[in-house]
Amino acid sequence: MSNSILESETSVESPAAGTVMSMQQALNRALDEVLAENPKTLIFGEDCGRLGGVFRITDGLQAKHGEQRVFDTPLAESGILGMSVGLAMAGFHPIPEVQFDGFAYPAINQIVCQIARMNYRSRGTLPMPITLRVPSFGGIRAPEHHGESLEALFAHVPGLKVVSPSNPHEAYHLLKYAATRPDPVIFMEPKSRYWQKGEVDVARPDPAGGSPTGAKVMREGRHLTLVAWGAMVARCLQVAELAAEDGIDIEVLDLRWLKPIDAAALAASVRKTRRAVVVHEAPLTSGLGAEVAQLITQGCFDTLRAPVERVTGFDVPYPSGDLEDEYIPNIDRILFGIQRVLEYKRG
Amino acid sequence: MDTLPAASGGAAEPLTPAQLRELYSLMVAVRHLDTSAIAWQRQGIIPGYAPEIGQEAAQVGSGYAVDTTRDFVFPTYREMGVARTMGIDMVAYMSTHKATWHGGLYDPLESRLAPIQAVVAGSVLHAVGWAHGQTLDGKDGVAMTYFGDGASSQGDVHEALNFAAVMKAPVVFFVQNNGWAISVPTERQVAGGSVAARAAGYGMPALQIDGDDVVAVVEATRRAFAHARSGRGPVLIEAMTYRRGPHSTSDDPGRYRSLDEERDGAGLDPLQRFRQRLLADGVADEAFFAGALAAAKAEEEQIRTGIQALGSRPGTEMFDLVFQETTPALQAQAANWREESEHV
Repeated sequence: MSNSILESETSVESPAAGTVMSMQQALNRALDEVLAENPKTLIFGEDCGRLGGVFRITDGLQAKHGEQRVFDTPLAESGILGMSVGLAMAGFHPIPEVQFDGFAYPAINQIVCQIARMNYRSRGTLPMPITLRVPSFGGIRAPEHHGESLEALFAHVPGLKVVSPSNPHEAYHLLKYAATRPDPVIFMEPKSRYWQKGEVDVARPDPAGGSPTGAKVMREGRHLTLVAWGAMVARCLQVAELAAEDGIDIEVLDLRWLKPIDAAALAASVRKTRRAVVVHEAPLTSGLGAEVAQLITQGCFDTLRAPVERVTGFDVPYPSGDLEDEYIPNIDRILFGIQRVLEYKRG
Repeated sequence: MDTLPAASGGAAEPLTPAQLRELYSLMVAVRHLDTSAIAWQRQGIIPGYAPEIGQEAAQVGSGYAVDTTRDFVFPTYREMGVARTMGIDMVAYMSTHKATWHGGLYDPLESRLAPIQAVVAGSVLHAVGWAHGQTLDGKDGVAMTYFGDGASSQGDVHEALNFAAVMKAPVVFFVQNNGWAISVPTERQVAGGSVAARAAGYGMPALQIDGDDVVAVVEATRRAFAHARSGRGPVLIEAMTYRRGPHSTSDDPGRYRSLDEERDGAGLDPLQRFRQRLLADGVADEAFFAGALAAAKAEEEQIRTGIQALGSRPGTEMFDLVFQETTPALQAQAANWREESEHV
């Protein structure tokens, strides 16, 4: 079946009072406001300045806030992140961009050995309020190293926090929240969702009154919980609609924060539905799905009707565009996962 | 080699006799603490140490040029002499070698010395970021970052030199070329034979100096600071010196260099050289040298007593210092640890 994220999934976000905009516009607006609100914030990276970023997330920000606040760096990711450490030590709040997920690899030493540890090493005297924006995940037919899902890698590193928005509303509020934190946050933007529009309620991050660091129920259901983040949330909402036609009532939980994970929300949802499938683009083995499955097992062992199922990418290097629809969990694979859980019989 | 424009050097005042004697006292204090720290390790007072013996002139001389009211220094794990010269609390500094806390117990912001850095070339880029922050804030502080001939092979050094030159960041890159990266000599490490020569490729002025001549080091570093402070961008100094000791207290140099090679490579001891010069110039006499050594011994005893009295940090700090804003998972792990350990 045709399953391009770009083509098929629009307007699945639940309606909220506010302005309709794309995730790109929502992120751009959030950054604009962050720059205006905190004079110590800086945006920099490759092509972030004059060009406005290859995805135009920083479009117009240099013209508005000046070349000192928004600037281009030489093309070297370790340099960008290493420089962020020094700027943070000097009292700034850097919001660097790594142009694509796979380009974070050359900067891993600075991210893991320096950014994640400086607060610890310095006994809290040198906090690292660094918000690292990383256009992430696959789905846009891009070249090699442009479709990676690094959340498990980052989440495994003590000292880092990791978050991923699933729609424009979440993008706006989570970025504004992350960019005011005193700790390093890896902000994973689902690049395949940049141009999808949705309503952004600027005044109310969460009308239900949830915590800014919590997971969010995007659709309530009784029979099974789909746990996802980033671009997979929209796909799971689509799956839930299809399943509803067969009388299966699915709850979709947007994890949002991949570190720290909202274990209480996972338990609350699955205690109600008693079944769970976790969906992610990253490879299966040692992926974040394993962590989610363990947290669910820990919190709901007595009520679980079936083992937690994982529907994920495969243990292969992210494939070329022609094969990425085979790699990224598609609607059919998620439905099969749901079926396995629903039909599970105790042995 | 000297490509730093003379005019930008700010024709510094020559060092006064009192300053020369102060430099000597610092070098003796550093030498004595350094050799004592090896003894501490052998006696089981500390688990390990990275000696800087032979690099006293390079470290004291460069550290002497720092203005701790506005500059910031980014050390590696072998800059004890710099720390002492900057007036860091040496019990707090040496605590890293006691395995008390990785970065040391001193306050980096107050002391203007970044935490001890164990990643080779790890903090070179941090200096560039900090220095660019000075430009953005309209301040005149200069960042000085230390690294060695071994670290010069790291990609981060290239990125740092390039970033600093592109942004004209006020950074002094202070390279101590001590001839050895553990067991690998400079000739198998530095293609072209000189780190300073590479600065030309970045359009950056550089100085290659006798790193065992403390006066030359002070003068070169002061010139570099004046250049960087005046907004003319970064400078690289390559101080040629020699690692007279092992890489660390776990190292065995006998496996890669003979004692003859060591003697030939090391040349004259920088401390003895300076002593002879002060004597010849009539700046100091034997009584002064004896007094400086006695002061160094008293200081070392005080530091050793402080180190021996230093207890372990409370285990709660493992959890409390990870983030500014802790997480539920960390709190739960801390609670488990408290329950399951005896450290109630």
